[in-house]
Amino acid sequence: MTTIETPAAKSRKPAYRTNLVGLVGMAIIAFWAIIALIAPWIIPYPVGEIVDLDYFGPISQQFWIGSDYLGRDMLSRILMGARYTVGISLVAVSISCFCGVVLGMIAAVSGGWLDTLLSRFLDAMNSIPSKLFGLVVVAAVGSSIPVLVLTLAIIYIPGAFRFARALAVNINTMDFITVARTRGEGTLYLITSEILPNIIGPVLADLGLRFVFIVLLLSGLSFLGLGVQPPYADWGALVRENIGGLPFGAPAVIFPSIAIATLTVSVNLLIDNLPQKIRDRSE
Amino acid sequence: MTNLVEIRDLKVEAKTDSGRIVEIIRGVSFDVQEGEIVALIGESGSGKTTIALTLLGHTRAGCRISGGSVALAGQDMARLPERKRASVRGTQVSYVPQSAAAAFNPAQTIMEQVIEVTRIHDLMSADAARARATDLFKALSLPNPETIGDRYPHQVSGGQLQRLSAAMALIGDPKIVIFDEPTTALDVTTQIEVLRAFKSVMRKSRIAGVYVSHDLAVVAQIADRIVVLKGGELQEIGSTEQILNSPQHPYTKQLLGAFKQAARAASTASQEGRPLLEVQDLVAGYGPMQTDGTPLIKALRSVSLKVERGRNLGIIGESGCGKSTLARTIAGILPAVSGAITFDGKPLAPAAHARTREELRELQIVFQYADTALNPAKSISDILGRPLSFYHGMAGEKRARRVDELLDMVRLPRALKHRRPAELSGGQKQRVNFARALAAEPKLILCDEVTSALDTVVAAAVIDLLKELQRELSLSYIFISHDLSVVEAICDEVAVMYAGEKIEQLPPSAMGSGASHPYSKLLFSSVPKLDPTWLDSLKQDPELLSAFSGR
Amino acid sequence: MTNPALPLIASRLVISAITLLIVSVAVFFATTMLPGDTATILLGQAATPEAVAGLRKAMHLDEPAVLRFLYWAGGLLSGDLGTSYANDMPIADLIAGRFVSSMKLAGITALVSVPLALTLGITAAMLKGSLYDRAVTVLTIGIISVPEFMIATSAVLFFAVYLQWLPAISFANETVTWSDVLRVYAMPVLTLTFGVASQMIRMTRAAVVETLNTPYAEMALLKGASRGRVVLRHALPNAVGPIVNAIALSLSNLVGGVIIVETIFNYPGIAKLMVDAVATRDLPLIQSCAMVFCVGYLILITAADVIAILANPRLR
Repeated sequence: MTTIETPAAKSRKPAYRTNLVGLVGMAIIAFWAIIALIAPWIIPYPVGEIVDLDYFGPISQQFWIGSDYLGRDMLSRILMGARYTVGISLVAVSISCFCGVVLGMIAAVSGGWLDTLLSRFLDAMNSIPSKLFGLVVVAAVGSSIPVLVLTLAIIYIPGAFRFARALAVNINTMDFITVARTRGEGTLYLITSEILPNIIGPVLADLGLRFVFIVLLLSGLSFLGLGVQPPYADWGALVRENIGGLPFGAPAVIFPSIAIATLTVSVNLLIDNLPQKIRDRSE
Repeated sequence: MTNLVEIRDLKVEAKTDSGRIVEIIRGVSFDVQEGEIVALIGESGSGKTTIALTLLGHTRAGCRISGGSVALAGQDMARLPERKRASVRGTQVSYVPQSAAAAFNPAQTIMEQVIEVTRIHDLMSADAARARATDLFKALSLPNPETIGDRYPHQVSGGQLQRLSAAMALIGDPKIVIFDEPTTALDVTTQIEVLRAFKSVMRKSRIAGVYVSHDLAVVAQIADRIVVLKGGELQEIGSTEQILNSPQHPYTKQLLGAFKQAARAASTASQEGRPLLEVQDLVAGYGPMQTDGTPLIKALRSVSLKVERGRNLGIIGESGCGKSTLARTIAGILPAVSGAITFDGKPLAPAAHARTREELRELQIVFQYADTALNPAKSISDILGRPLSFYHGMAGEKRARRVDELLDMVRLPRALKHRRPAELSGGQKQRVNFARALAAEPKLILCDEVTSALDTVVAAAVIDLLKELQRELSLSYIFISHDLSVVEAICDEVAVMYAGEKIEQLPPSAMGSGASHPYSKLLFSSVPKLDPTWLDSLKQDPELLSAFSGR
Repeated sequence: MTNPALPLIASRLVISAITLLIVSVAVFFATTMLPGDTATILLGQAATPEAVAGLRKAMHLDEPAVLRFLYWAGGLLSGDLGTSYANDMPIADLIAGRFVSSMKLAGITALVSVPLALTLGITAAMLKGSLYDRAVTVLTIGIISVPEFMIATSAVLFFAVYLQWLPAISFANETVTWSDVLRVYAMPVLTLTFGVASQMIRMTRAAVVETLNTPYAEMALLKGASRGRVVLRHALPNAVGPIVNAIALSLSNLVGGVIIVETIFNYPGIAKLMVDAVATRDLPLIQSCAMVFCVGYLILITAADVIAILANPRLR
C-alpha cells in the first residue's frame, strides 16, 4: 500500500476550484481580449492623428496616459495595439498548437519510422533559437502580418509537438489503447476518442504558456523593428517608437510595457493556479 | 514483559486533492511488547502503512497526526520535535520498505547506504560499521557477503535488495523494526528465502517488529500477534493462533474465508469436437530480429496448448516466465514470429490488425489493472457502449438497454453508468473491465492477472462472478496468474511456465502432490499456507531453490 | 569491460551532427530560396542586365540551389565564411572580434547566473511551501513573463536615469580598470541574468523537488538523516542530469537575450552585427551569424546530454 485511498473519489464531479489569483488572471485576460475585439469603437482619438501639440505629453484630463513622440494619443494607440499583440499571438498560437498536437498524437500512435522522422526533424528545428529564426526570416522575406503569424507559428510547432507527443506516448502505453487496438479501431478513432480527451487539459495549459512566449517574441521582434511595421503598431512597436522618452520616464514608453506585462503575467498566474490535474507536466 | 510501544487513540488526517480533510485513522490503540512481532493486516486503504509510519514519527505528504499518542520507549513520537525524532530513527526504530529497489539511492553503493545510519548518529567507526554490515549480510544469508556491499543497487536482484534493506534497518541496533509489506513485490520462491532470513535474524536478536501485510499466510509465519484493520479502524486483535483458528470479528472471518476458496467443481462441458483454441509451437519475443529469424529476446520458446470449449486453462509462473507475453501473442498484440494459432477451427493471423473484426470479437482480453484498462476520460456507458456499436452496430435506445444488461450481468448498479472510472472502487472497475469484454459476446476471454491488483475479499467475489458468467454464457477462459489459489479455484487444467516454456500441464487437483517437474514442485511448495508452522517445517532442496529462483 | 555509457554518448554525438546538417540546410534555404534577386538588390535597379548576369555568374547564383548549398557548406567547413555584401570584407574578419565580445558577455552572465540560480532553486526546493519558496516562485514567474527589453529599459531607467550610477550605453573597448568593466557590463549582465536565472531557478527547483519525492529520499529521512543531508547526499547526486539540462537550456536562452541586450546597450557583439546585417539585407553575414548561434546552442545542449549520461549511476 503506497497511496491512501480517499473517499473523495466517490463524489460525482471533481471540484475544479480555481482560487482568487487565478480568477484575477482570467479577468485580465478577458479584459484584453474584449479590448482587442472592440478597440476601433472605443478609442477616444483616431490612432494615426497628431492631436497633442506637445510630444511625450504627460498624463492629463485630455490624454489619459499622455501622448507619444509625435503627439498622438497613447490610450488610443495602446487599445489598438491590443488588436495586433493579442490577435497575432492568438492566431499564431492556435496554428502552432493545432499542428503540433495533431502531429504529436499521430507520431505517438503510429510509432516506428514516422515517429522517428518527425521527432528528429522537429527537434532539429527546435535547435534554431526562436529570435534568430525570426530575424533570419524577416531579413529574407521582409515583415508583414501574415509572415509574422506564420513565422511565430512555425517557431513554436516543435515545442507543441514535443509536449503533445510526450503526453500521448504516456497514454499510448495504457491498456485501454491496447484494448481499443485489439478491438480493431483505426488511428483516427484512437487519436480523437481515446487520446485527445486525456491530454486536452495539459495541452490547453501548454497553449497558454506558448501564448506568453509568442507575445514576448512578437514584442521583442517589434522592439527590434522587425515585427509589426508602421503605420500599425503593437505594444512592442510602441515601446520602440517612444524609446526616446525613456531618459525622462515618459508615460508613452512605460504604459505599453505595462500592457505587455499585465497580459503575460496574468496568463502565467492563471496557469499556475489551475487545478493540479490540468497543470501536471505543463511545467 | 513490558510494553515497548503503546499506541493510544491514534488519529491521522489527510488532505484530499480538492482540499477536504478526512480522517484516515480513527482512534486506533494497541501495544507491542519487547521482542514481540505484531502484524498489521488489512486491505488497501485500511491504514496499516500509515499507522506503521507513525511509529517513526512520520506521515506521508498531505497527512498529519491529529490526535492520540504513539509512545515508543516512553517517548511520544507524535509530539517529539523534528531533531529528536531524527535521533530516534535508525537507532531505536527502523524501517524496511515495500520496494527496496526504489528505496536504495541509485547513485551510492549499497555499503555506503547500509552504514549511513551509523554515520548519521555517529555510532561507530566506518570500519566497525562495515564489519558489522558484513556480519548482517551473512546472517541474512546473502551471497558474497564480503563484496556485495561494493555494488550499486541496480546490480543486485530484488530479493537480495530486500534483505539488504533489512541489514540497513538492523545496523543501528534498533529496539523495533517496521516491515512495510517487504515481500509483496517478490515472487513466491524468492519470498520464501527472504521470509526465512527475516525470521531467523529477528528471532536471534530478540528485536521487536511491526509487520505490515495484506497476506494472512505470510503473517502467520512470522507474527506473534495480529491486528486486523479496516477503514482506519481496529477490527480485532489477538494472538496468531487465535486469529487463525477462532476469529471473533465478522471481517476477520471474511478474510479467512476468502483464503479458503472452494475448488472448481469438475466441468460438465463436453470434451468432444474440435478444441476452441489450439496453439502450436508459438515463438515470440522482443528486440531486433537476428539472422536466424528469431528475436533477440525470446519471451516464448515454442509453446503449445489447447483449450476445449467451455473449459478453462490456467497458466501459472513467476514474473518473467512469459505468461503475459503468451496472452499478448494469442491476442495478436505482440505478433508471433512463428507457430500457429487456430481458433474455432480457423487459423488466426499473428497480428491483431490482420484479423477480421469477427475474429477479434470472439477472442477478448482483459487486463490486470482496470485503472489503465479503462479510459479515465470516458463514462462507463461510453466504455461499454463502444464495443456494442463497433461489433454489433447498436445505437441509441437499444445500446443503452444493452449497457444496463451488461451492468446487471456483472452485478453492478445501473446508476454507475454515468460515472467515470475514477469514481469507482477497484472491484467495481474490474467488473466494468470484464463487462466490456462481455459486450463483444466472445467465445474465449484471456484473463491476464485480473485479480492480482484486488484485495483478497474483492478478488474472491470477482472469481465467483466469473464462474457464474461461465455457466450462463458458455464461455471459456484462459486464466493467467501468479496466484496459485486463484487458478486452482477456476481452472480445469493448469499449465506451468518457466523461462518462456511450458514445462508441465496438470489438473488442479494434482497441484499439491502430482507435479512431476522439479520446478513445479518447488513453485507449488513455496506458496505460503495459513498454518503458522508451515515455514519452519518446510523442507526444500536448497540446490533446487538456487537453480530455479536465482534471483 | 566496456563502459555502457560510450555507445550512448556516441549516438548522441551522431544525432547532434545530423541536427547540425538539418539546421544548416534550414538556415541556408530560408535565406536564399526566398523572393528577390540578390544580384539585382546588390547592383540596384539601374544596373544593366549584363552586369546583373555577370554578378550572378560570379556568385554562382545561376547554379542549382543544391550545388550552392554544397559550396556554402564546404566554405563553412574550411573556415571560409564568404564575403559580406554590404562592405565587401571577409565575414570571418567581421565576426572574429565581435565573437570574442559576445562570449565575454555570455561568460560573465553564466558566471553570475548559474551559482545564483542553483542556490535559489535548491534552497526553494528544500523549503518547499514556505514563504521564501513562494516569494521565489512569484518573482521568477514575474520575470519570465516580461520581455527582455522591458528588463533592460527598466534597468536603464533605474540605474542610469534615476540613480545615475551607470552609463546607458556599453562600449567594450574602453574597459581599462575594473570599475570600468563593472560599469560597462553591469546593466547588460544584469538584464541577461534576470532572464536566464529565473528559468534556471524554476527548472532546478522542479528537478530537486522531484528527487525529494522519491522513496529513497524518504528512506534517508527514516534513517534519521537531517533535511540538509537528504538534499545534499541523496537528492542532489540524482538530480545532476536534470539540473545540467536546466543550466544548458537556460543558457541557450542567452542567444535570444543577447540579440535584445546588444541592441539596446549598443554593445559591439555578434548579435548586434547580425541585427545590423538584417537592416542591410546582408545575407552571407546573416547566414554566418545564424550558424555561429546555432552551433553554440547545439554544443551547449549536447554537452548537457553527455554530462547527464555520465552522471547516471546505472551506466557506470
